[in-house]
Amino acid sequence: MTEIFSIALIWSTIRLSTPLILAALGGMFSERSGVINIALEGMMLAGAFAAASVTHAVGNPFVGVLAGMAAGLVIALIHAVACINYKADQVVTGTAINILMIGMPAFLSGAFFLSSGSTPQIPKENLIALTPMAIAFVLILITLATWYALYKTPFGLRLRSVGENPEAADAAGVRVARMRYVGVLLSGVLAGVAGAYISIGQSSLFTRNMTSGRGFIALAALIFGKWRPVQTMLACLLFGLTEAVTIQMQGVVKLPSGEDIPVQFIHMVPYLLTIIVLAGFIGSSRPPKAIGIPYQKER
Amino acid sequence: MSLFRELIFPLIAVVAAFFVGGILILVIGDNPLQAYGLLFGSAFSWPVGIGYTLFYATPLIFTGLAVLVAFRCGLLNIGAEGQLYIGAFATAWVGITFAGLSPWLLIPMCFIAAILGGGMWGAIPGVLKARFGSHEVINTIMLNFIAVALLSYFTQYHYKSPGDPIMQTVPIGEGAHIARLGGFIPGLPEFIPLNLAFVLALICCGLVYIFLWRTKWGYELRATGTNPSAAEYGGISVRKQIIVAMTISGALAGMVGINEVLGYRYRYYDGFSDNYGFTGIAVALLGRNHPVGVIISALLFAILQRGGIPVDAFTEHVTKDIVQVLQGTIILFVAAEAFFRGPFAKFGLLKRSKV
Amino acid sequence: MLELRNITKRFGAVLANDKVNIVVKPGTIHAIVGENGAGKSTAMRIAYGFYKADEGEILVDGKVHDIGTPHDAIAVGIGMVHQHFMLVDTMTVAENIVLGAEPGSGIALDFAKADVEIRRLSEEFKLAVNPHAVIEHLSVGQQQRVELLKALYRHARLLILDEPTAVLTPQEVEEFFSILRRMREQGKTVVIITHKLTEVLAISDEVTVMRDGRVVGRLQTKATNAAELARLMVGREVLLRVEKTPAKTGNAELSVRNLSVTDRGGANSVKDVSFEVRKGEILGIAGVEGNGQTELMEALAGLLSPSQLSGEIRVEDRDITREGARLRRELGIAHIPEDRHRRGLLLEFDLAENSILGVHYRHPIVAYAGTFLDNGAIRRRAVEIIEGFDVRPANPDLPARALSGGNQQKLIIGREFKVDPKLLLVSQPTRGVDIGAIEFIHRKLVGLRDSGCAVLLVSAELEEVTSLSDRLLIIHEGRIVGEVDPRVATIAEIGLLMTRGH
Repeated sequence: MTEIFSIALIWSTIRLSTPLILAALGGMFSERSGVINIALEGMMLAGAFAAASVTHAVGNPFVGVLAGMAAGLVIALIHAVACINYKADQVVTGTAINILMIGMPAFLSGAFFLSSGSTPQIPKENLIALTPMAIAFVLILITLATWYALYKTPFGLRLRSVGENPEAADAAGVRVARMRYVGVLLSGVLAGVAGAYISIGQSSLFTRNMTSGRGFIALAALIFGKWRPVQTMLACLLFGLTEAVTIQMQGVVKLPSGEDIPVQFIHMVPYLLTIIVLAGFIGSSRPPKAIGIPYQKER
Repeated sequence: MSLFRELIFPLIAVVAAFFVGGILILVIGDNPLQAYGLLFGSAFSWPVGIGYTLFYATPLIFTGLAVLVAFRCGLLNIGAEGQLYIGAFATAWVGITFAGLSPWLLIPMCFIAAILGGGMWGAIPGVLKARFGSHEVINTIMLNFIAVALLSYFTQYHYKSPGDPIMQTVPIGEGAHIARLGGFIPGLPEFIPLNLAFVLALICCGLVYIFLWRTKWGYELRATGTNPSAAEYGGISVRKQIIVAMTISGALAGMVGINEVLGYRYRYYDGFSDNYGFTGIAVALLGRNHPVGVIISALLFAILQRGGIPVDAFTEHVTKDIVQVLQGTIILFVAAEAFFRGPFAKFGLLKRSKV
Repeated sequence: MLELRNITKRFGAVLANDKVNIVVKPGTIHAIVGENGAGKSTAMRIAYGFYKADEGEILVDGKVHDIGTPHDAIAVGIGMVHQHFMLVDTMTVAENIVLGAEPGSGIALDFAKADVEIRRLSEEFKLAVNPHAVIEHLSVGQQQRVELLKALYRHARLLILDEPTAVLTPQEVEEFFSILRRMREQGKTVVIITHKLTEVLAISDEVTVMRDGRVVGRLQTKATNAAELARLMVGREVLLRVEKTPAKTGNAELSVRNLSVTDRGGANSVKDVSFEVRKGEILGIAGVEGNGQTELMEALAGLLSPSQLSGEIRVEDRDITREGARLRRELGIAHIPEDRHRRGLLLEFDLAENSILGVHYRHPIVAYAGTFLDNGAIRRRAVEIIEGFDVRPANPDLPARALSGGNQQKLIIGREFKVDPKLLLVSQPTRGVDIGAIEFIHRKLVGLRDSGCAVLLVSAELEEVTSLSDRLLIIHEGRIVGEVDPRVATIAEIGLLMTRGH
């Protein structure tokens, strides 16, 4: 077992948690404002694709990350317009965006790079080159910033109030729709960065559906972390750890019978934990009260 | 007039989505008309195009019905994806384990396995909601992933032929195969996997219609969906209805396994579903949550799926991914119906619909 | 200070405010009185920018202001405390008070500064609350203080209070009034919306009386009295009497013994209530709304969880306290709920489908194999109800949503009468119903009673409940506080019981 629980596992956990933390904290802004965001997956894909394509074109990962943010923002804008202005069902809209974002990057890369859904390989020197230590530092910083923004600024107070009780917020002079827009757009930006990190940080190109459900794990972590920044970060680390362990274990650790330990059961952990928490078995995870409900003035 | 209203918004959504898709095609330097021509042309060619279109429509009818039943009870089942995997595996398991039995026994057993498997997987979020009030959307998402992991484990460790590099189980017994329609319809070649499951899907549409609108159970389910407080007042147990609806919904999704396993691959193939569960949401929504609408919109999405292949092959730049772009855009437009309702209200065509 | 000029507001087909003119003088306590649905709250919500008036203008300090959002109202010095508090339950007192008007810079909330200001205000107006407490842990009285502080914190010069005493105990009301007087001394202007006449007389300087969306009186409090206000509010000197013969009562159909209801929040909304309803009589329950009537009726109809109930409910000789709604219906209990949209109707369903709710699983509606609905039978039933109760338009295929309130109500009443009930539970039978339908519904209720059915009637309309009932109980804060003979009782007598409860 010792060969698994090593420094390498910690670094690997940090690397794998990074997109989860970014996306989950993004999702927090959206959900705390009262808009369900199951489109995190699609927003990450948009960010991943845009970052890889732009980095390929200009050769600068920093510009790539900015492009990822912009792409996430655009997708978030679609979600916001549909859910806030046109009062569309937030879950259905999120599903639509996820399907759209499986197709769209592949469609565009087919056209621009004449490939079947992936961007060209990006040379190593043009990828995000941060040491695990630096990444850890950035993640802690972002988590603390999120915490600060949510609890210590007027913005955070208003954001939380529109997610809990938009009518009360409205009565207190807070502009509900505007706050929700900000929440959703922020989630797009952060999910975009998360996607960028996957394509030009963990990998060196974009491949079709490359986030493979990480947006949903981020969502699970957000629920597991009870919609609070620090807990959510810790949940992401836990989920990142499970992924890291499965990778390290492959082919290394065997059951007494000589077989591989089935990694599938470790994969299930985040999802099972989320269901259990949501049912109220481990403390209660109380979502923002007004989540999912379009705000309608008058009766 | 009311039929007109039912049809107009889905129609607009589809047209608008094709319009947006057309612009995209134009942007990347192809001719939208040519692309769409290929798309529809191939889907309507007899016999291969139509055969495949109907084959692709089969799972979408099942998942569309699944989403419809849950929706009529006021629930959003985005777990059809997981439910159909469980159903498919369950039917494959019976087909493998009892391979030696006579078809007269084995096929019904396989059918029941698909229905029970999916039904059970759908019942879980139903019970969780009825008992703990936890939201079915989150739970069904989580159960999708759990199903995938669970089945990948069983496939890999217990039901794969040793040495097979593909993640698939050993074949099911021949007695569990169901007939392909090629054997009954003159001119339809047998290599087209369109099978009896398609007929079953159509029958299910009829059964769902009768269940929802002609039985007391359907009445209770729909009453709960439209106003749970009033249902309770009428002596209906809301919790029971939630569990019943999710179970039926899951069972319908599970029947995708009949098409896939008993009628097509004759084994369980890991990850076979091309987002059927999620497309089911689009199918139900576009079909106005009515069985007839589900058939029509399942056909539309099947046409897209079938037509994607020649579009990919015969255009310069457009790939089959245009299909998902169109699907996503259609759902988006259907969901944000208010976007179109604004201009329509001016002409007195305004209609409220609950989505 | 504040003037509403010719304010008109419609909600769909309902005219909530019809050319309303209200003048509030600075430094006064101004009461706006009227029955439920008279349009008091609507007018004040318009003044606060929560609703937009269809017509008319709002003047503050003599100048016309375009108040489109609460934000605008706050800017001109108007604050409002709503009947249902507008507080975010999961946040602290201080967070709620500063929300939308945060101290400090844009990137840092200065809670220390907020604390100082909140403390100063609570001192000045004697509104003691702990700024760090979380709202959901506070009593309603404390929450109300938070609402007042919220308005004061925003430098409101005019406070609009919507039914502020509805949630307070008599002792708290006294304390609350002294707070209001202190505010007046500090130069604030207060508008208090209420339907309790004793309070109007106790606290206000001037009164505006509203009825049916119109202003029907402007008075100096000193120059008026309860009788005059009551007459203006109700609109008639003498109570309307429904033609009916003396009741021929039989044995008790329903008997309730020591019934208490515990809310989800843990409070008791019905407290130790006992009464009987006999065959062939209408037993009325009068009271200010929100005094436990809703919970009492839901408890009797089987719509609350048995774990919320204590005591005993008997129909004839059967204890049904733990039984569900379905079995109670089978025993002959019919129920006309107070909120027809929430409970009574499936608005998206057509009239035919609505006409079978509650009997949808039984013969003759279910005809084949105990499973399939008989469309012919459903239609026949719907047509009988539509004809018998004059539901218009008489088309069983229309969705219930398409009907007017009165016709929706007639449909529900028809459906419930159709089961030949032994006991009818009926709440607010004529709320939002036009005059013609009211008389029709009243006659039907009396007819049902004459046929030997036991009827339990709850209504917020004093006139209705006194004219229909054979016996009348008064409910206050979940307790039955008295019984009067409706044939001889006066409004003043009943009103006294309703408001003071002793």
